[in-house]
Amino acid sequence: MKASSPSTDEKFQIGMLLSDTRYRGTSLQVITFIIFVAVFFWLVDNTLKNLALLGKDVSFNFLFLRAGYDINQRLIPYSSDSTHGRAAVVGILNTLLVAFVGCVIATILGLFVGILRLSKNWLVAKLMSAYIEGFRNVPVLLWIVMVFALLTEFTPAPKAFKGADPQATMLFFDSVAITNRGTYFPAPILNEGAYWVIFIFILSVFAVIFLKRYADKLKRETGKDFPTFLVSIAILIFPSTILFFALGSPISLEYPYLKGFNFKDGIHLRNSFLALTLALALYTSAFIAEIVRAGIMAISKGQTEAASSLGLRPNKIMNLIILPQALRIIVPPLISNYLNLTKNSSLAIAVGYMDVRGTLGGITLNQTGRELESMLLLMGFYLCVSLLISSVINYYNRSFQIVVR
Amino acid sequence: MRKSLFMILSSIILIVGGQAAFSGGHSVTLDDVKARGNLLCGVSTGAPGFATVDDSGKDVGFDVDYCRALAAAIFGDPMAVKFVGLTSAVRFTALAAGEVDILARNTTWTYSRDTDLKQTFLGVNYYDGQGFMVKKDLGVNSTLELDGATVCIQVGTTTELNLADYFKENGMSYEPVPTADNAESQQQYLAGACDTYTTDASALHGTRVNLENPDDHLVLPEIISKEPLGPLVRHGDDNWADIGRWVLNALIIAEEKGITQANIDSWKDTKDAEIHRLLGTGDDDILAMVGLPKNAMYNAIKAGGNYGEIFENNLGATSGINIERGVNASWTKGGILYSPPFR
Amino acid sequence: MSKIAFVQKNKIPPSPAPISEVGFIGWLKQNLFSSWFNTLLTLISIYFIFIILRDFIPWAWGGHWNTKSLRECLDLNPDVACFSVLTARWKQLLFGLYPAEEYWRPTVTFIFLILSMIPILFPKYFKFFWFSVIYPGLAIWLLWGGSIWGVGIVYIGLSLGIFTFILLLKLVSKNTVLAGIGALIFLIVFFMFFSNYLVNFLNIILPIALPPVESLKMGGFTLSLIVGITGIVASFPIGILLALGRQSNLPIIKMICVGFIEFIRGVPLITLLFVASVLLNYFLPPGTNFDIVLRVIIMVTFFSAAYMAEVIRGGLAGLPLGQHEASASLGLTYWQSQRLVIMPQALKISIPGIVNTFIGLFKDTTLVSIISLRDPVGLASTIRADQTWNGIYWELYVAIGLMFFIFCFGMSQYSQYLERKLKTDK
Repeated sequence: MKASSPSTDEKFQIGMLLSDTRYRGTSLQVITFIIFVAVFFWLVDNTLKNLALLGKDVSFNFLFLRAGYDINQRLIPYSSDSTHGRAAVVGILNTLLVAFVGCVIATILGLFVGILRLSKNWLVAKLMSAYIEGFRNVPVLLWIVMVFALLTEFTPAPKAFKGADPQATMLFFDSVAITNRGTYFPAPILNEGAYWVIFIFILSVFAVIFLKRYADKLKRETGKDFPTFLVSIAILIFPSTILFFALGSPISLEYPYLKGFNFKDGIHLRNSFLALTLALALYTSAFIAEIVRAGIMAISKGQTEAASSLGLRPNKIMNLIILPQALRIIVPPLISNYLNLTKNSSLAIAVGYMDVRGTLGGITLNQTGRELESMLLLMGFYLCVSLLISSVINYYNRSFQIVVR
Repeated sequence: MRKSLFMILSSIILIVGGQAAFSGGHSVTLDDVKARGNLLCGVSTGAPGFATVDDSGKDVGFDVDYCRALAAAIFGDPMAVKFVGLTSAVRFTALAAGEVDILARNTTWTYSRDTDLKQTFLGVNYYDGQGFMVKKDLGVNSTLELDGATVCIQVGTTTELNLADYFKENGMSYEPVPTADNAESQQQYLAGACDTYTTDASALHGTRVNLENPDDHLVLPEIISKEPLGPLVRHGDDNWADIGRWVLNALIIAEEKGITQANIDSWKDTKDAEIHRLLGTGDDDILAMVGLPKNAMYNAIKAGGNYGEIFENNLGATSGINIERGVNASWTKGGILYSPPFR
Repeated sequence: MSKIAFVQKNKIPPSPAPISEVGFIGWLKQNLFSSWFNTLLTLISIYFIFIILRDFIPWAWGGHWNTKSLRECLDLNPDVACFSVLTARWKQLLFGLYPAEEYWRPTVTFIFLILSMIPILFPKYFKFFWFSVIYPGLAIWLLWGGSIWGVGIVYIGLSLGIFTFILLLKLVSKNTVLAGIGALIFLIVFFMFFSNYLVNFLNIILPIALPPVESLKMGGFTLSLIVGITGIVASFPIGILLALGRQSNLPIIKMICVGFIEFIRGVPLITLLFVASVLLNYFLPPGTNFDIVLRVIIMVTFFSAAYMAEVIRGGLAGLPLGQHEASASLGLTYWQSQRLVIMPQALKISIPGIVNTFIGLFKDTTLVSIISLRDPVGLASTIRADQTWNGIYWELYVAIGLMFFIFCFGMSQYSQYLERKLKTDK
């Protein structure tokens, strides 16, 4: 009790629990808590009763049973003899793959479109705003379905590559085949010594990072520019290339070729994957473009004018004045759009892409009848991903936001 | 208070209730259905010939007509039924939760569905099997030549498991292309995104005749699985299961005996006692045992005709799908459709 | 000193700008070909537009509108669109399986919706606010039918409750909390014991009723609108409470609110819809069974409430701290300062965000097709399963996409207009 409160000598009445501001907060919390717990137990109780009525139990054993179905795209070994648990992991990896690739493409496209949207070129600006409005205002499910249909209907079947006078040919010296079953790329084959080349390449990437740091330091201390770009390229290319030839080309490419019904070998990007990734990326890029545009526009004109009165050239103004400030506005909504993309990837079922919703929350749920357990696991997975992403946003906000008060 | 509050929301909320059914001569489900005034029947959201919606918004199809017959048996009115479209993923939970009274959604009768998922299958209204369709110019004449093929398949069905098992047994590899529904599979197959499309043979034949050039496509002779499709209800209400089962049987017997929608009224003077029992024109009222009116089966047959007529209208030549009767012909005509006697 | 030989006495009129700088050509030069880079961009853009139109125009222009089936279209000319499917099914796409003779009801509901928005959006017409209040009940009655008193009783009960509240406040005690509890008890007693009789009574003396239409018949854009609008309206108060709870300094309430918001925002809507279609029955007492549309609306409301809360929280955060402090220093209580100072400003800032949430929600209603409801996308698969239209594709999806586009684009343009209009600080 606060002694300074003027009404301490007043006798305590039961009504004061609600009317007196000193107690109201606490009693409100207690009531809320009781209601919350009561509702929670009511739900659990209902669930248990219902399960008992249906003669079901809650058990996660199904994860260790044979799955019995096949998955076409798997990043880890899997067959129909594997367990439901493994199928779920395959699905999780597929979800993460789509999410990652989708985010990268969406960011590049979004930046590109967002900047072009501000172009002085009337036609380009109009085209970009048509792009943005078009993708933003049509449900993503429709885009997924339509991109999939586009990829299926307007690309040749593998059969078209057959025969002496084929209707379709492979691109880039017979190395890439675009078919309506997906796109086939050459796959790298790592022979003896390949790891050395990779190792050296990674080393040179680190060297470039150090170089950039050094250049920044040099710039801060002396004001001199260092030709970072050219030197970086040289560092990236030469050591690895020289070693590559010195070791006798240890990395070779395995080209896809047509055999039987399908193309064999090479890397196969299935249409379901391509359609889902592309549709999600296109859809999200429209949002990102708007974020980028808003971020750039939010930096007041005075900043640009002040910078140019200091004698900075336009690209320097962009790099040194506008972007660093705009990024602070752009990054948090950008990351939350990544989260949206990841969540939207759960629409994979529309194109038959086997993500975690398709395996754990789809076929497994359907074959085993374990709705409750599957949905719990599924939600748990998405929740983990989103908590991870939102903690990144919070970290970013804490570190980079201007502190007002 | 409950009652009154629900009354307020009565325009929105539908109380079905009572899945706590118990066995005996008395059916909770039947009482609920009667109290509600209509039957809730779970059908597919779109399976050609089995359940779909026509241009005027009317539900039509083979499964739909079975439910209409059941509604006619209970209420004397084939329109006293509401159709709940269900995807393959939600169908069993919808039934278990009491959202529908009966599920007639071309569902395969399997051991685990019957036992583990706590359902009762009422019989088989269509004997199906999983087949493969290929384009003729692929040059394939047997499923055993499909090693390495890309296969279009609908997700969430038993066909997925059959496919995996079949290719494994025969030491062949394949690449599945899962699709959401039949229409999607068909599109993928036609575009050549898969070499072959596998699903129930009935659907394959149905799809094939409606393609632009049916002769360019071939349904391979092998049937790799048994797919007995039939209606099902929840475990526990045996009387309700009996009603569903015997309406189906009545339709089959009617075809066997030659009773059709058109001539059903002319059987009053027949000497066949079974027909009298079936149509309720005799003295004994055996349908009272399950709580149905005496002329229930008469109404059921009158609703959409006998099994053969329903088949013909939805799947046969009249429908444009042109599926042959095959094993689904009555046992008197060389098929395996055989109903226990109505006695 | 040299003599100036020539002095211009009269002003030379400015000569017209060169033809290449004004008019259409000037515009072209400035906007499209100002540099080699811009020229390149322009040419690339023109090429893109050409490619898209080259294939699309002939396909769409020559489309068939009046054939009976897809087969007929293909027989006539397989290379053009078969819009006949839209001619045959546009009513289903708009109204789902709603009985044809009752189509006026969703239409009227939609028109009334726009009318009911007017008093909220334009202060000039605030005197018609009563219409916005009765609209939700009216819409439920129009769409689902049945006796008008089923919905009307709620309004009667609530009015009586408010009346009791005022009466208690005037006559018994000045304490709002006690009066509130009194009114609550009255409401419970009313709905427990009296409402039933009153409804029966009213049904006898004034039987106004429409033929009932069950939720199974709802579909098409009507369903999207029902789910989207109910979701957004119902989520609004919940969203405000959640946002306040999240800002609150009461730890338990804050924890519950944050937990709820983060959970809902962390999982995809489709999993929530799956919960609605598959699991919600597990969570409710055995025997209860909601209709699926209502279950979906409940989940969608939770979903949009979480997003709404974040939008409003953004609005709250956008207010300078001084506003809170100033209103506190005026001696306003927490709820008074929220009601009179904070919320009006915070909500104003949040309007574009709210509209965006709505557009997002409206687009997301397409996901109900995955749990087998017949929204436009779900209807598309039903239509494609019909023998007559089996094999149709682009016509349907392009039409559905276009309808969504028109609606969402209109909304977003309106929100931008609103944003400019509400901008009081220049």
